[in-house]
Amino acid sequence: MNLPFLSLLVLVPLVGGVMTLAASKSGHDGLVRKFALVVSLATFALSLWLWWRFDPTSADFQFVERHTWLPEFGISYHVGLDGISLLLVVLTTFLTPIALLCSWESIEKRVREFSFFMLALEAAMIGVFISLDLFLFYLFWDAMLIPMYFLIGVWGYDRRIYAAVKFILYTMAGSVLMLLAIISLAYYHQVATGVVSFDLLDLYALNIPPELQVWFFLAFTVAFAIKVPLFPFHTWLPDAHVEAPTAGSVILAGVLLKMGTYGLLRFSFPLFPYATHIFVPYIAVLAVVGIVYGALVAMVQPDMKKLVAYSSVSHLGFVVLGLCALDVVGTQGAVYQMLAHGISTGGLFLIVGMLSDRRHTRQIAEYGGLKGVTPRLVAAFLLITLASIALPGMNGFVGEFLILVGTFTSSVPLHVDMRVFAAVAATGVILSAVYMLWMFQRVNYGPVTNPKNRGLRDLSAREWWVIGPVCAMCIFMGVAPNVFLKPMEPSVKRVVAYIVGSGPARAELAKPGGSSLAKTVAGEASTPASPTSPYVARNFSSASASFKGR
Amino acid sequence: MRTDIIAVMPVIIVTLAACAVLLAEAFRRRDEQMPLGWFALVGLLGAMGSSIFLWNRNLVGFGVVSADNFSLFMNVTIGVVGVLTVFLSMGPAERDRLPIGEYYALMLFTVVGMMLMGSSMDLLVIFLALEIMSLGVYVMTGLKRSSEQGAEAAFKYFVLGAFSSAFFLFGIALTYATTGTTKLDEMGIRIAALAIEPHNLLLMIAMVMLLVGFAFKVAAVPFHMWTPDAYQGAPTLVTGFMSTGVKAAAFAAFVRVFLTALQPLRADWIPVLSAIAGLTMILGAVVGVAQQNVKRMLAYSSIAHAGYLLIGLIAANAAGKAAILFYLVAYAVTNLGAFGVLAALSTAEAPHDEIRDFAGLWHERPGMAAMMTVFLLSLGGFPLTVGFIAKWAIFSAALQEHLVALAILGVLTSVVSVFFYLRVVVAMYMVDEKAPGRRPSLPPFAMVGLLLAVASVLYLGVMPGQVLRLAADAVAAIF
Repeated sequence: MNLPFLSLLVLVPLVGGVMTLAASKSGHDGLVRKFALVVSLATFALSLWLWWRFDPTSADFQFVERHTWLPEFGISYHVGLDGISLLLVVLTTFLTPIALLCSWESIEKRVREFSFFMLALEAAMIGVFISLDLFLFYLFWDAMLIPMYFLIGVWGYDRRIYAAVKFILYTMAGSVLMLLAIISLAYYHQVATGVVSFDLLDLYALNIPPELQVWFFLAFTVAFAIKVPLFPFHTWLPDAHVEAPTAGSVILAGVLLKMGTYGLLRFSFPLFPYATHIFVPYIAVLAVVGIVYGALVAMVQPDMKKLVAYSSVSHLGFVVLGLCALDVVGTQGAVYQMLAHGISTGGLFLIVGMLSDRRHTRQIAEYGGLKGVTPRLVAAFLLITLASIALPGMNGFVGEFLILVGTFTSSVPLHVDMRVFAAVAATGVILSAVYMLWMFQRVNYGPVTNPKNRGLRDLSAREWWVIGPVCAMCIFMGVAPNVFLKPMEPSVKRVVAYIVGSGPARAELAKPGGSSLAKTVAGEASTPASPTSPYVARNFSSASASFKGR
Repeated sequence: MRTDIIAVMPVIIVTLAACAVLLAEAFRRRDEQMPLGWFALVGLLGAMGSSIFLWNRNLVGFGVVSADNFSLFMNVTIGVVGVLTVFLSMGPAERDRLPIGEYYALMLFTVVGMMLMGSSMDLLVIFLALEIMSLGVYVMTGLKRSSEQGAEAAFKYFVLGAFSSAFFLFGIALTYATTGTTKLDEMGIRIAALAIEPHNLLLMIAMVMLLVGFAFKVAAVPFHMWTPDAYQGAPTLVTGFMSTGVKAAAFAAFVRVFLTALQPLRADWIPVLSAIAGLTMILGAVVGVAQQNVKRMLAYSSIAHAGYLLIGLIAANAAGKAAILFYLVAYAVTNLGAFGVLAALSTAEAPHDEIRDFAGLWHERPGMAAMMTVFLLSLGGFPLTVGFIAKWAIFSAALQEHLVALAILGVLTSVVSVFFYLRVVVAMYMVDEKAPGRRPSLPPFAMVGLLLAVASVLYLGVMPGQVLRLAADAVAAIF
């Protein structure tokens, strides 16, 4: 049973998507929809099966496939899964069938092409998460823009063209500089070792001089910061989210944004640990600004979709802050929050999409008193709202709690006190309750003021299948976090060790005459493998331990 | 003598095919249909076949025409340009009422000039080849005699082109005056000896004049003025042919002259070429944004691509030279495909080459729209198309030589150019109104040409290894 499972994971949706294009021009829309759904469900089943076979005690990449591709240029087809990418792949394959199902009635034109682009997008997103070769990663990273561009531009709302072009240009502008950094990194590998290599595992082993690290880090991080999006690179996001069709928004918020934070965790931080220690305080500042700014702007939005879009800026700020803690708890919290945000914000976009399918407006002021009209829809809405504002027992709580704990106790010797960041970020939790509950209240409570809202139909059977799994996951992730924390734990520990401990920057940092910051880092991290080091010992006490009793 | 003839076999075969087309045209009765395109196809395939046969043999014909791997790679590339053009012309050329006999004959003679340009080892032969190629292209630009725009374009192209040829010839004269030879290899040795004295003024002037001649042909700023007018005015098929073929041939000679004979002066020409490359990329990308006409837009895109190719020439390492060759192949299949779609959409009455003419193409012609999208994405350098691999090869050559500023400028201008390529995609897929007018049906052979182009764009985008390796072999042969 040694099939190339990961390649299949990319190929199944891709081939399925191409097959939908082969359907005859008209009259088979229903069949095409069903076929696309079956393909995406098969992909989901495959990813679950991979999770079943995944060894959660190992930090290594599993299901690895490696084939030479362009050997002269050090490029190979190298894919593998560790605990972090496994969960993100499952998130992708979980959300894609839901996104397809939610477009069952709202997408009426060009169903073939819509299904093709959705499945091609899924293939590219999975490709990003499983790539272990930087060239391959970049290929998927940029290829993913094309289906998303079409999804926004063809099936979006009124200002869709503007949003689609802005989305693609903004993202490309960041990522082309990363491409140059990737190429330079591969050739630096040649300078250092004699062979050129784009392989991530080879590049992890490199000892890159500090001044180069700084440039590489900036090039990578700007690309990822645009994707996250980190304040002040977020301006493409409200446009893209608002103009995209519901399925596009779900995928955009649910998975695409995670690629930015995944990139930070997989590439920027562990490849360039020295530069990470220099820049982390600034990134943390931007993250905290994003948390508060996103929340404040969300509060005053009259448009529900825009409100949810800005709430993403705020929530992703938490994720970045957790990564900046550079410890196991914070990082685990960040990964958990990526999953939780994918589920709950995806769910919010689904709800908004259902409301706007019924009323063809997303203005909060147009609604009111829906509780009496569509009680089941409102119940799902409430559940997802509570998940989004991190009520204990729901998925958002676990992530944000771990992030705040990790940030507060982070002992990375930086010249700033991370506890200040944790304190400011905690206000974001309160603000999120304000804007979410306020919106929920204006939409659902009170009398029905607008006669158009009378007689709206409640959830249909199909919509139950759309929103049901999302609600179930919100609760399940809240009460059984260890299901998700366990498999990622060894991988997170390994990445954190790359960044703070046995990372290759240690020798550089320990150089005499370095800055005082460098000295402190080196001094504390000099014996990372030894359990006697209090810094490491504390850091490596993981998050799952703190959830043992739950 | 026998090896001499064998070495120039590709050129001879194309010449014979051209003569055959001319003769057939002379004997053709009015209204008689003759398969002239197939004559051209046979000649081009024969030239490609003989080039493949000559691979790795390193023959030299008459002391001036070299059949080294570099020339042969260029021969095959130009052959590909020719074959695709012939396929795309079968149907649209008759519909546009081009004089078929003259069209194919001139095209083949131009191909002769192009192939010679890539393989000459003597400046005078390069000049001859340049003129053979240019004269053919000038006439082809004005081939539609009834079109005022075509006549204007041809005249402009001819006057400016003759001007630049004069510069080039003067450059040859001055090089001969300083070095006493027109043979590239000897010239390299003598210039290396001369270059020890700092700043030989006459040699500098000669170098700049040669540079002007080449920069004109590859459409580099500030010698690009003819490009938009000539591209727009020429029949669409001719534009596709000349934008890819002339650029390939001119770059082949450019690389050969500047990296063999003028290599010792590299320190002197690098700043000049860097400035030209930077300006070319910026102007091509920025002015392209303002275009409403797709042919004009592709003209500015062609200028921008000349800038990227120049980066490879400036990097001048093995990777850079190979990257130029690969880029020329990539640009040939991509750009010819784009012009092929344009040609297929035009009717005898109107060219239909404004961006608004593409509105709603998706609804009427989903296949054509999809192919055009692939070509435009490849021009913009998106992954999984050959355009991405080509740009990646160029930029990695530049980064190996630490040309960071040029590389950054290159990627940023390519993002700007993505904006205007996407304008056509927006028109095809995303706007609601439909373009007026009826869309012509696509002739079957033009379809074959387009499918060949799409297949090569996608195949080379995923599996570029073999062609990259051949390109590396090709440059290893002469430098």
